[in-house]
Amino acid sequence: MTTRSFGKAVRRTEDLRLITGQGSFTDDAGPNALSLVMVRSPYANARVVSIDVSEAEQLNGVTAILTYEDLPGRLAEPLPLLIPHPSLSAPRTQHILAKDYVRYVGQSVVAIFAADRYIGEDAAERVIVEYEPKVAVVGIDGALGPNLVHDDVPRNVAADHSEHVGDVDSALAEAPHVLELDFEMERSMGSALEGRASHATWDRHSRKLRIQNATQTPTSVRFAVANILEIPDEQVEVFAIDVGGGFGTKVIHPWPEDILTAWGAMNYENSVKFTEDRVEHFISSSHERGQRHHAKVGFDEEGRLLGLDVDFVHDNGAYTPYGMIAPLITATQLPGPYRLPNYRVRFRSVYTNTVQVTPYRGAARPHAVFTMERTMDRIAAFLGIDRSEVRQRNFIQPDEFPYDLGMIFQDGRPAIYDSGDYPEMLNKALSMIEWDSFAERRSEAPPGKRRGIGVACYVEGTGLGPYEGGHVRVETGGKIQVSTGLASSGQGHHTVFAQIVADELGVPFEDVEVVTGDTRRFQYAVGTFASRAAVTSGNAVAEAARLVKEKAIALAADALEANPEDLEIVDGQVQVKGTPVRAIPLSQVAVLANPLRYSFSEAARAATQFAGNGSFDEPPIKPGEDPGLEATGWYSPIRATFASGTHAVEVEIDLATSEVEILRYCVVHDCGRIINPLIVEGQIHGGVAQGIAGALYEQLAYDEDGNLQNASFMDFLMPYCTEIPKIEIDHLETPSPLNPLGIKGAGEAGVIPVSAVIASAIEDAEGFEINQMPLFPSDLHSMRLASGREPA
Amino acid sequence: MNEEMSHEIVLDVNGKVKRFSAPARRLLSDALRGDLGLTGTHVGCEHGVCGCCTVLIDDQPVRSCLTFAIAAQDRKIRTVEGLADADGKLHPVQAAFKECHALQCGFCTPGFLMTATALLEQRPDPDEEEITEAIAGNLCRCTGYQNIRAAIGHAVELMQSDI
Repeated sequence: MTTRSFGKAVRRTEDLRLITGQGSFTDDAGPNALSLVMVRSPYANARVVSIDVSEAEQLNGVTAILTYEDLPGRLAEPLPLLIPHPSLSAPRTQHILAKDYVRYVGQSVVAIFAADRYIGEDAAERVIVEYEPKVAVVGIDGALGPNLVHDDVPRNVAADHSEHVGDVDSALAEAPHVLELDFEMERSMGSALEGRASHATWDRHSRKLRIQNATQTPTSVRFAVANILEIPDEQVEVFAIDVGGGFGTKVIHPWPEDILTAWGAMNYENSVKFTEDRVEHFISSSHERGQRHHAKVGFDEEGRLLGLDVDFVHDNGAYTPYGMIAPLITATQLPGPYRLPNYRVRFRSVYTNTVQVTPYRGAARPHAVFTMERTMDRIAAFLGIDRSEVRQRNFIQPDEFPYDLGMIFQDGRPAIYDSGDYPEMLNKALSMIEWDSFAERRSEAPPGKRRGIGVACYVEGTGLGPYEGGHVRVETGGKIQVSTGLASSGQGHHTVFAQIVADELGVPFEDVEVVTGDTRRFQYAVGTFASRAAVTSGNAVAEAARLVKEKAIALAADALEANPEDLEIVDGQVQVKGTPVRAIPLSQVAVLANPLRYSFSEAARAATQFAGNGSFDEPPIKPGEDPGLEATGWYSPIRATFASGTHAVEVEIDLATSEVEILRYCVVHDCGRIINPLIVEGQIHGGVAQGIAGALYEQLAYDEDGNLQNASFMDFLMPYCTEIPKIEIDHLETPSPLNPLGIKGAGEAGVIPVSAVIASAIEDAEGFEINQMPLFPSDLHSMRLASGREPA
Repeated sequence: MNEEMSHEIVLDVNGKVKRFSAPARRLLSDALRGDLGLTGTHVGCEHGVCGCCTVLIDDQPVRSCLTFAIAAQDRKIRTVEGLADADGKLHPVQAAFKECHALQCGFCTPGFLMTATALLEQRPDPDEEEITEAIAGNLCRCTGYQNIRAAIGHAVELMQSDI
């Protein structure tokens, strides 16, 4: 048997190039490319009165300067609305360059093509734009106020959406107890260390536009560019080799700069590159997490949920290119692991004069889980029962799957939980954190400190469609080439897809080479987001490998004069089961799979036309067959698969500084069958770190005029290693019945319940309610003063 | 208008002398990446906070995005491309990062590798606190740092077993 690599902590094949400085990020290419530099709006809401580029144009090294008036054809139209929805009644997307109005600080107004970034920035300083500022609409209160972001969108409402299951009004009317609760989360953002970037080259000889882009979805870039530039898809090639973190930001294509680099490359017959700087990332790439929730929950004496009515407001920023996906995810993921027979949710997605809001790792689930888990804690407090007990009493049980929520998920298909074991997961987490003996540890808190413990559970829809594909090809040299269309930004796809193919095909892991996110290799894809890559592309490459295996066995059966059923593939050899001496290497099968007129190697002679292969009664390629030992496999899930997890945390709060220290952080995680525990744990570590960042450190602080006041790493407190504790992990594996590999997604999981669990622990320590995130020491200090629970 | 004056700049990078001409304002990070093609050094923030662009100058970790190339003349510069031996044998810090899964997207990695290399050259047997302190100026958005700390600890072991 070939040693199976699925499930093993295989070291990553990606690493060698990345640790030796041989990675290939977008900005690494094209040192002599023209640099695209944007002039961005300094006003949150203003009319553009005039633009004077005359002085800037005089600078040596400036190739061209464009304003909206210069944009031809479809470039002058608003950018596409990527995900329409019936409830999205007033979608708005921005123009590539501002047309008459700017609606957030950072919006692109003028495009400069210059010899390098230095000259481009010199030119940007010389562009004179006159604005007529209007009152900025900032924050949810601003959106609900009298001023408008778009004059033709009344009340600033982009979408007003409601869904329900059961009869919430009756359930709440009849419930023995009803609580009304308010929860709010503020903005943060993905903050990948590599910003957005695109490098476009027009090859006038082959008439191809080649684009390397820092993207999670090269096919989106390709189709967007081809559509807007009105050129055939076939002329546009897009690839992402290495991408320095995505976290959702790099899935929202096209950005204005994607189009302008491509258009500039064609028109100036040059390479054009855009590399976003850090300030630009803060003020022009997507934000997320700004939401305010009001929940009304009814429950019985035992703490069982009878009805939940949630009304929330989502601040979508100035534009809605990604539709209303983020709040829709909150709405459908809010019930979490609990039986909720009567549930109603309504949200309004509202405009503000701030950067657009689109999904950031976790994708509006942290808000959902914060609302639900805080609610569970309040029920426990109200009834005086343990927080873990109120959860146990409400869990969907392992024998209730598939469990239909009765709602439509973000993929437009029913939200039906496929599998899981929530009670067991909670038990594991409680035992890890030693929940039952916490009273003792609480009493051991040093003087001037308070300790608290918290727990939070979540369910995450992952691995959604519409589809991904994979291609597997056995080369005559023996290497197995694998490609899939979605891109990688650190998830270890090259490793895990190689593991899957190695096992399915029966070849050594080392012989498998994977390429992701290159439209030249694989044309059809959706993208890397929603914790979907392993599920969708993983199952697609597995299917492709199975098809290749079938073909290899059929060909080898002829060559070995054996019955196909008696053959197996072990270590890259097709052999007769139990008689490995009768064997043929896959590389040789690949030779035979491609009948040749010409021979380019010794091995290939066996496939040439005088080698005596086959019968004269059939053509060399039989009807229904294709040359080459290769196949394409597809995986299109019937619906999303639902991963789940429980986090538990113990914190210690310094009453003098109100600093929250995490003493222990425990995670129990269920993503179905694990392909590579090293990579899954790495994903969880990173997710939890981003969750802690959002809970205790990060916030995007807008002033009342819509200026982002902390648009730098000096002021936006992204955690260093000094802020992130050790994370302890245990796994549960309930295979998904929806796909052959039994896997669920893991990419976003770590971040989802972190705000909820930390709030739970702080509330437990302090004894007053925590209803908002993030929570800075100054907030905590003020709350403590207000609560009257001043430190002794 | 505004023709910029170019200067002949000579840099000693990874033991090799490199000459190019560039304006005085050319940052070392841009010179390494653009003029010399050493794109292993990454630029994450351009204001000296993220640490992605860290290189060693005379054995000290330095933010190349806050250093003018022209100011780095007559100094010994080391970048991630110079870490492994000429025959390709990985530096123990590199080997440890791979072994411990201390990188995901790999964008911040060169900065961490150079910072850790300087630490281990100065403190061959650092304790956990010294490791944390040494990398406390480097941001990583992917890993949560746990495996990075472990990797530097593992690199210490590798270096000791190498002797």
